[in-house]
Amino acid sequence: MISWPNLVSQLFNGLALGALLALISSGLTIIYGTLGVLNLAHGAMFMIGGYAGFVTYQYTESFILAIIAGSLFVMLLGVVMERTIIRHFYHRPHEDQLLVTFGLGICFVEIIRLIFSSQSQLVPPPAIFQGITNLGFMFYPTYRLAVVGIVAVALGALFIILYRTRLGMIVRAGIEDSVMVDSLGINVYRVFMVVFGIGAMAAGFAGIVNAPVVSLTPGIGDDILVQTFVVVVIGGVGSFPGAILGGLIAGEIISVTSMFNPGYAYVMLFAAMTLVLVVRPHGLLGVQGRE
Amino acid sequence: MTDDLIRRGLSRRGLLQTTAGLIGGSVLPAMPAFAEDKPAIGSYPAGVSGSTAFIGISVPRTGTYAVQGEDELKGYQLAIEHINEGHELIKKISPKTSKGVLGKELKFGVADSAAKPNEAVQAQQRFISENKAIMITGGTSSAVAVALNKLAQREHVLFVCGISGSNDTTGKDCVRYGVRQNFFGQTAAAAIGPVMVREFGKGKKAAYLTPDYTYGHTVTKSMQDFLATAGWTTVTNQVAPLGAPDYSSYLLNVANSGADVLINVNWGHDAVLSTQQAKQFGVLDKMKLVVPYQVPFIARETGGLMQGVYAATDYWWTIEDKFPLAKMFNEAFEKKYGYKPEWGAENAYVSFAHWAHMCEEAGSFNPPDVIKVYEKGETIPSLVGDVHYRPEDHQCIRPVIIVKGKQQKDMKNKEDWYDVVEIVPGEGLMQKPDAFGCHLGDYT
Repeated sequence: MISWPNLVSQLFNGLALGALLALISSGLTIIYGTLGVLNLAHGAMFMIGGYAGFVTYQYTESFILAIIAGSLFVMLLGVVMERTIIRHFYHRPHEDQLLVTFGLGICFVEIIRLIFSSQSQLVPPPAIFQGITNLGFMFYPTYRLAVVGIVAVALGALFIILYRTRLGMIVRAGIEDSVMVDSLGINVYRVFMVVFGIGAMAAGFAGIVNAPVVSLTPGIGDDILVQTFVVVVIGGVGSFPGAILGGLIAGEIISVTSMFNPGYAYVMLFAAMTLVLVVRPHGLLGVQGRE
Repeated sequence: MTDDLIRRGLSRRGLLQTTAGLIGGSVLPAMPAFAEDKPAIGSYPAGVSGSTAFIGISVPRTGTYAVQGEDELKGYQLAIEHINEGHELIKKISPKTSKGVLGKELKFGVADSAAKPNEAVQAQQRFISENKAIMITGGTSSAVAVALNKLAQREHVLFVCGISGSNDTTGKDCVRYGVRQNFFGQTAAAAIGPVMVREFGKGKKAAYLTPDYTYGHTVTKSMQDFLATAGWTTVTNQVAPLGAPDYSSYLLNVANSGADVLINVNWGHDAVLSTQQAKQFGVLDKMKLVVPYQVPFIARETGGLMQGVYAATDYWWTIEDKFPLAKMFNEAFEKKYGYKPEWGAENAYVSFAHWAHMCEEAGSFNPPDVIKVYEKGETIPSLVGDVHYRPEDHQCIRPVIIVKGKQQKDMKNKEDWYDVVEIVPGEGLMQKPDAFGCHLGDYT
């Protein structure tokens, strides 16, 4: 039953799936790492990015504009959300943060359902990425190949922002010790707003990039949220490289398990997460000792 | 004060009912105002002692079956509206109906089941205990239908099943207090199987995409059993959870399986997503697609991927050329909701119209009496011609519609997605009532 071409196909598929999970998770982990907020509305942000891009595509028929509009809209939404609601919860217990972001996620989903109904919406991939590519060992949807590239570029951009800019330096310092950063005279709350916006934008960007792959429904973010959390836990909460590593591991586990028995894909994913938590409680690349 | 209440629409019987509700349901049979010749059972007579009768509706309004759930809900709402006003179409199905059922106005409550059995059961339990629902309905997921079957039998409240394609619903999980209008997965297999063999030949290799719950497994098994008689083999059966976010891994296995035909058993958004992704992975270029138990919305949501694809369905609106009642229904539905009704709406409407018919014939809401009218097995009208319910398993014997996706150039309007290939009569198509081990429970 197991043939090499099939195994290689699934490994490659795992890479494509993992890349997407890595991007969404990086947004979640940046927000948590810096602000200490576990944003359960992150899946809804992913979904809204898709819909904002869809609307833009309807009017412009430009996929590039759809990506830009989808990302920026969710970034703006993230900033507004942070300013109006989230900032009031920074010093509140985690359970309050979880409940309020969970509630926001539900509201976002229902608003989208009200506007667009439950019927799925199609966003076609750009013409140059339509069709199937022969990779030699397998045929693979061209657009999914493109997604791997697009996500790699996006993750690269995030890396540059986080590791090569002053903002990134502050953010990373904030992850380690936000009190210290604050005492150095940096307005951490303004940084927090930007960080929340960037984290949300990563989800929104992933949402519109992923839209041609899965077609849009209001509940699409619910499906991805659980996987995203598993990725963050495996990689290490608050760790950007951890999100990438966790995403790739999760993608491969889902894909390779599916080759043998699809029903066990999530079982194996959670088994892997449990194993990581037992062996390395802070995740593979998590920072030990961080509060 | 009394006059004021009556002016505001609260009748004397309504007042009595409210008072009785406060006192408690257990004393109702002893009160002269509620004297009945039948013993109390379930929500009877408490639920119908006033001027209204309450129905509990649970449909998926979120999740993978949300689109179908909304369509189903619209069918229920239209049926209730028609029953309450004594609409001409309802009278064609239930001639004794004047306004309401047995003169009582129908009220209803709606809960989102999200296609999850627990949520549906909780909501319906609430409708039964708080609203004294005289009938409950729901479905779209067979797992929900099977759970509500059990609730209905336990509570002695009639469950008029919504969409449910599992063989188990009126098979091994059948109950005295449950009836189903749409057909078994096995029936769909028996109807579409010959078309597939005729179209694709004998001895073919099939790959299956199966949703991992009662409906998916029984439909796949039924298809496998039927096609084996024509020498078809299963090269892979990919079982995915309900609401899977991505089918790529499953489809890679299908693509590498060497199958001639992909039989996609998924339903709702799962069917839409898996079919779209099958196209993306080139699976549909390598093999033919068949959807044995088809959800009509899939055509519009996949943007034309059903062109040339065969499917078995409960209802497709173009049969109105053959069935006048279907035409009346389509017109009324489209006028109210702005689109052609699909399977869910038809199933919901007919199920309620039939229930109204049975109550009127029984002359009572008393559940055993109503069930016994169902069990007479008399021929009654539906939108797809005359049908009847089997006494042995409460399964409606009705035709299966075989459709084939139209090419875009042949579509006469934006909702003209399918050609009706065949309307296969239910008699001779449905397996024996005891084929899946149905043992109806007690009346009391």
